[in-house]
Amino acid sequence: MTFSFSAAVAERGFEVALSVAPGETVAILGPNGAGKSTLLGLTAGLLRADSGRAVLDDTVLFDSVGGSFTPPHRRGVSLLAQEPLLFPHLSALENVAFGPRSAGVPRAAARATARHWLAEVEALDLADRRPAQLSGGQAQRVAVARALASDPKLLLLDEPMAALDVSVAPALRRMLRRVLAGRTVLIVTHDILDAFTLADRVVVLDGGRIVDQGPTREVLERPRSAFTAGLAALNLLVGVRSQRGIRLADGSEISGASDLVVGASAAAAVRPSAVRVSLDEPAAANRLRGEVLDLEPRGDLVRVRSDRLAADLAPALVADLDLAPGAAVWFAFDESDVSVYAG
Amino acid sequence: MRPADGYAGVPRWVAAVAVVGALFVLLPLAAMVTRVNWGQFVPLVTSEASVAALLLSLRTSLAATVLCIVFGVPMALVLARSAFRGQKILRSLVLLPLVLPPVVGGIALLYTFGRRGLIGQPLEAFGVSIAFSTTAVVLAQTFVALPFLVLSLEGALRTVGTRYEAVGATLGARPTTVLRRITLPLVLPALVSGSVLSFARALGEFGATLTFAGSLQGTTRTLPLEIYLQRETSPDTAVALSLVLVVVAVVVVSIAHQAGSTKYLRGAL
Amino acid sequence: MNRLALAAVAAAALALVGCAAQPSAEPSATADSLEGSITVFAAASLKTTFTDLAERFEAEHPATTVGLNFAGSSDLVTQITEGAPADVFASADSKNMTTLTDAALNAGDPVDFATNVLEIAVPPGNPAGIESFADLANPDVKLVICAPAVPCGAATVTVETAAGVDLAPVSEESAVTDVLGKVTSGEADAGLVYVTDVIGAGDAVEGIGFDESAEAVNTYPIVALDDSAAPDVAQAFVDFVAGATGQKVLAAAGFGTP
Repeated sequence: MTFSFSAAVAERGFEVALSVAPGETVAILGPNGAGKSTLLGLTAGLLRADSGRAVLDDTVLFDSVGGSFTPPHRRGVSLLAQEPLLFPHLSALENVAFGPRSAGVPRAAARATARHWLAEVEALDLADRRPAQLSGGQAQRVAVARALASDPKLLLLDEPMAALDVSVAPALRRMLRRVLAGRTVLIVTHDILDAFTLADRVVVLDGGRIVDQGPTREVLERPRSAFTAGLAALNLLVGVRSQRGIRLADGSEISGASDLVVGASAAAAVRPSAVRVSLDEPAAANRLRGEVLDLEPRGDLVRVRSDRLAADLAPALVADLDLAPGAAVWFAFDESDVSVYAG
Repeated sequence: MRPADGYAGVPRWVAAVAVVGALFVLLPLAAMVTRVNWGQFVPLVTSEASVAALLLSLRTSLAATVLCIVFGVPMALVLARSAFRGQKILRSLVLLPLVLPPVVGGIALLYTFGRRGLIGQPLEAFGVSIAFSTTAVVLAQTFVALPFLVLSLEGALRTVGTRYEAVGATLGARPTTVLRRITLPLVLPALVSGSVLSFARALGEFGATLTFAGSLQGTTRTLPLEIYLQRETSPDTAVALSLVLVVVAVVVVSIAHQAGSTKYLRGAL
Repeated sequence: MNRLALAAVAAAALALVGCAAQPSAEPSATADSLEGSITVFAAASLKTTFTDLAERFEAEHPATTVGLNFAGSSDLVTQITEGAPADVFASADSKNMTTLTDAALNAGDPVDFATNVLEIAVPPGNPAGIESFADLANPDVKLVICAPAVPCGAATVTVETAAGVDLAPVSEESAVTDVLGKVTSGEADAGLVYVTDVIGAGDAVEGIGFDESAEAVNTYPIVALDDSAAPDVAQAFVDFVAGATGQKVLAAAGFGTP
């Protein structure tokens, strides 16, 4: 089921064009207000675009030229939201059977399909319970089954793990990986673990526009936007390819291997754990000055952030260096810890 | 005053004022009960005229309630779920019978459905005569009871929101299926309590019926009209029938309260 | 404050002087010294006539005020027996007056002061072509009458029996004004109301008299009440209504002599 989408919503400053290949899972990443929900809403038919066109397989979902608009119930697009939104007056089984029954499948057959999908999401024992009797994680499983039971051509997931306990999310993620295999899926998420686990490709939205996209690993290991870098917890330096590596805007040069042409627009990524901090200028080839903005405890390390770089240090070292916001320090890292790529 | 669960935060003087308010409603009822001629009670309420009035009241109120549901549900849906110009005005007009004196409603109905009325006159040409008929009683009762249903239902529809309907649509349910399997079940408590309130209002309707439908035993003389007539000759009958009406009203209101409980929706909204 | 007191005393003095200087108007009543305020509870069909009479009474006895309360006779009796403050009661029939005298709330005997008979009222143009009382029994005629429990309804039943006609009305109203209302609005083809109602409605209805009406004459009694705060004014008003002026006004409205 090929999905091609292109739409603009002026009120929300939204203008996006993308496509999804059959059986592909695409993760949509982006900060709040970036337009992720707008994208899902337009695709599901719950929102109207000012202009644009979307086609799913051979159905035109909407087309502003010609004014066609397929209502949500005829699109074959299922939407799973953060909240399970199981129909409170129906049992779990009846909830899952809802899609098939709406398509005209007789009750017995629909229930059989429902049981199949409940088994797939490992929730068959919950079949006769009412939604009010289910925990968050259980309800979300049933909601996944319900969305799949309607046999959608395109499945939309809107931050499915966001409202769940952290302890419950991994099991759900594993289950999703299994049931989504081979399906065409758009999944909106904040969690890069979701992207890594479930998505073939990643699209990064910011301010209503696509700022980055590509295969998951590539985008998340070689970010080109500050937001993606933040998500992937990588330092991002942008500049121009130079002889040794990359020349930054302020003139300083970073050494790093790359097969880019000199002069091409480039970006360099460094993991915070590979960055060292010192008060005196170090001898390393890659060294940059910076002023400490804040110190953020992260587990057994402290992330020292400046405006350009962040470094993860042991707390003891932070204490030894007497680091505090406003301190002027040197950041250093090895050439082997840098990758320079097209920016 | 023990709170229902946890801390209620109701000052004691508020409870005192509430008691006064309750007494204000209960004392007149108690005073009426003390005037009932218990010895004659059964013969009075089972007389031919009384029974005819009670049966007529029940029949017409039920018919009026059905009409309220048939028209009130779509009205509530449109008012709660769509947005169009003049919607606020339309809502005020639709809820007008709530504040209008019923007699005014009766006069308006007369000018519409009466012999020389806007719709009544053309209907007369077809041989359809509404005034002085049981139909007129049902119309009068529907007119005053409709806002109760619309108000009750519209509030519930707004509270429930449209999220579940959106999910239903994405699962492939046509709008009519969504209405039948999602919307209406979700607001069923409000629909039931609204219907019961409409029934109670229709049962007690007097002013509009008197003005518009007339008063004839078995055809248009509902229980309130019978009470109004009986107080001229037999105050005992009037009080006895009034007690019957009060009892029916109490039963009806307690059913409405029970039906309106939203226990099964708890946790879902 | 002082000025106000002075003005009050002056006014009182003037009133006394005025009263003393005036010669008596009525031969029998001590009209000049009559002062006080009374409330008259009168049947609804007496509204126009009694409003007129009250004004005349107040004109003749400037120190008096006559307040009026109009309603159905049985409603008035109920109010009086439940303790409503009334000085005079004028009923549309003897039955309700009897209820009052049975409760011993009257001061003196009731006096009959007027009679009323039924008349057929039809909308202008007489669309149903009513000519006689028997025409009312025609099933195509939409007839509205008073319910038997009400005075005018009782009269209707009497007339029905006397004429040997079986009426099949479409509505039996609790008040004669409601019957009249249905005729004036054109909802009813005909209604049975009092002669006085037809005259009072003017051009809004046409009246058709019928002989059988003489079979049911409604007699209107009036009485002063026991609990009055101004018993002499109350009795004076009763006498006024039963006297020459009262009778003239009542006759002009269509009432018959008692």
